[in-house]
Amino acid sequence: MIKIKLFSKFNSLLICTLLCLGNISQAQEPVRIAFMDPLSGTFASIGTSGLKQIQFAADYLFNSRGGILGGRMIEIVPLDNKQSPTETQLQFRRAVSEGLQIIFQGNSSAVANTLSTTISRFNRRNPGKEVLQINYSAVDPILTEDNCSFWHFRFDAHAVMKLNVLTDYIAMNKDIKSMYIIGQDYSFGHVVADTAIRLLNEKRPDIEIVGSEFHPIGQVKDFTPYVTKIVSSGADAVITGNYGADMVSLARSIIDSGLDIPIYTFYAAYDGITATLGIDGKDRIHLIHNETSNPIPTERRKEYIRAFKARNPNNDVTQPRLANALSMVVAAMEKASSTDPYDIAIALEDMRFTTLGGEEIWMRGEDHQIFQSLHVSVHTDEGIEFDADNSGFGLRSIYHVPAEETIVETSCQMRRPRR
Amino acid sequence: MLEVFIFATLNGLVTGLLLFMLASGLTLIFSMMGVLNFAHASFYMLGAYFAYSISLTMGFWLGLIFAPLIVGVLGAMVERYGLRRVHKSGHVAELVFTFGAAFLIEESIQFFWGPATKNYRSPDILDFPLFTLFGQEFSAYRGFMIFISMAIFIVLFRVLTHSRIGIIIQAAITHPHTVANLGHNVPLIFMGVFGVGTALAGLAGVIAGPVLTTFPGMAAVLGSIVFVIVVIGGLGSLAGAFIASLLIGLLQSYAIASSVGMPDLLDLLGVSFEADHPLNDLWTVTLPQIAPILPFLLLVLVLIFRPTGLLGKREE
Repeated sequence: MIKIKLFSKFNSLLICTLLCLGNISQAQEPVRIAFMDPLSGTFASIGTSGLKQIQFAADYLFNSRGGILGGRMIEIVPLDNKQSPTETQLQFRRAVSEGLQIIFQGNSSAVANTLSTTISRFNRRNPGKEVLQINYSAVDPILTEDNCSFWHFRFDAHAVMKLNVLTDYIAMNKDIKSMYIIGQDYSFGHVVADTAIRLLNEKRPDIEIVGSEFHPIGQVKDFTPYVTKIVSSGADAVITGNYGADMVSLARSIIDSGLDIPIYTFYAAYDGITATLGIDGKDRIHLIHNETSNPIPTERRKEYIRAFKARNPNNDVTQPRLANALSMVVAAMEKASSTDPYDIAIALEDMRFTTLGGEEIWMRGEDHQIFQSLHVSVHTDEGIEFDADNSGFGLRSIYHVPAEETIVETSCQMRRPRR
Repeated sequence: MLEVFIFATLNGLVTGLLLFMLASGLTLIFSMMGVLNFAHASFYMLGAYFAYSISLTMGFWLGLIFAPLIVGVLGAMVERYGLRRVHKSGHVAELVFTFGAAFLIEESIQFFWGPATKNYRSPDILDFPLFTLFGQEFSAYRGFMIFISMAIFIVLFRVLTHSRIGIIIQAAITHPHTVANLGHNVPLIFMGVFGVGTALAGLAGVIAGPVLTTFPGMAAVLGSIVFVIVVIGGLGSLAGAFIASLLIGLLQSYAIASSVGMPDLLDLLGVSFEADHPLNDLWTVTLPQIAPILPFLLLVLVLIFRPTGLLGKREE
């Protein structure tokens, strides 16, 4: 509460200064963007960390530089969907009634799917009031394949793209003869398991899949029983798509059991995970992600991270793609000189954009899937300039695949609204 | 196969005993006051967070002593200044009060400690494998967890059945007015039991925090299962809670360790379904997949066939 009060005081002070300076720009309606993710409950740590990042991106990249579209500020409106599809429906109603037309959402493909279906239906029935879904993290391929929608844009590589790179990397390690796959029991976890098995069979038929297990998402108290099975299966490595508490508990149990094998993950870093793994996870935990963590390629991105840390000392820039997504949406608004979702969508299609990291990324018009380089990183404390959780440990990128090589075909047959 | 069985048993024991520490307090509080304390698991979480903060400066062992004490005092105060006032308005008000308290505690934890996972570590002195069996390690810390929970069970049982205060508590459960007429301070006993119950939950949090990870969702993950135990064991029965805790701990652990499922059952029956069958998800479900919901299945069965719970004495 104190914080909020301070901020509002600060804001009023700011407004006063602006007015006293002689009304530089007329008070314009802000561009309001909804951020819908779990801000409470089991997965709150990921959602709140994302919220801080998008708020910072909006302030640092745009609001502090005079806003967008000739002086309009970006206002991020947090909506807590508790990572539940039901709650998402309610929050979507709220967004609509508040006139929000752009929704950022990332956590859980199940939620993203619900939202995409809801938005498509809503837009069909309410022409002129359309809503745009900016998916920055839900990676079930179906969202840009069979279930693709004109109103949905994905700014993260999907699970098959990521696993393509990850299995390439795993295939190079000749010591790995057997693999264990464990994941959360919902669409994303199943995609990871099915795809990993398929790709490993293609690339390294000699690797035996010694186990594939699903557990209910966010419900497991103790992963030790699962780890017991992994140990007795004799696996040389583990692949998991787990995130949040499910990831950290799993990794802790594996470490505590004395099992010394590499763990290949999507999300085993930041928001307390890196600090919790610490020295025990060194050189064992691997991650597949976009935007390298260490070394950081450009001075601009380094400055961005430092400025973020100065404002949020206890958080990290865990998802640089949030800044990319926001920047591209803004670029599309500027290009179309409009905040209408349809105009933004048209402008986003086939847009090429250079990120803070100096890389050109491409939003494919056919299915609204982003393409950018992918990296495999390892959890370590060596060669880390930007650590995670202030722990001294962080991610060092060790295997890189350029954007062109990550391109996969899509089965998307998009229905385009007529204007 | 034997190794899986042995480790599944040990894992089940650890989980079960941990659940018992929570359930024992909950069931005592319920039998005395008739209140299902929805905030019980929140006190467990508070225990973990207090111990984490204490361990940062003073080490794990002082956290083990002080965190449950702080939680217990906090619990006693909640009873004295919250629950006792609400008590006049009946059980529904009490229920709603504890429900609200659970939310309040979770939000406070997020406010003070933040939403990220905390790096709460087990002490270095217990950071070695107690024994290695078939190439698998069983950590000393888990052994320590078993030891602490067993000790708590024995002490609690002795106190309740063999001490004067235990006899008064037992009497207060069934005949509070008679106990009050004999000159005992029943509200004080209530406060004491509530304090001890929450302190036990806090202690469970202290020892579970390092292995089950300390994060704001830890109460929610455990909360519902504790109620299941209390109901299965029989409301108000300590021994029942003990049996139910172990039962559920082992049940889950064995289910995860097993590798059977619907496909095996269908094979046995000689039935097969197409992969695009509308109920395909049902035909391919395996026991490990549904392990965490098995306790709820057991709850339904117990409620149908033995509504008083395994050792419950309550009669309608």
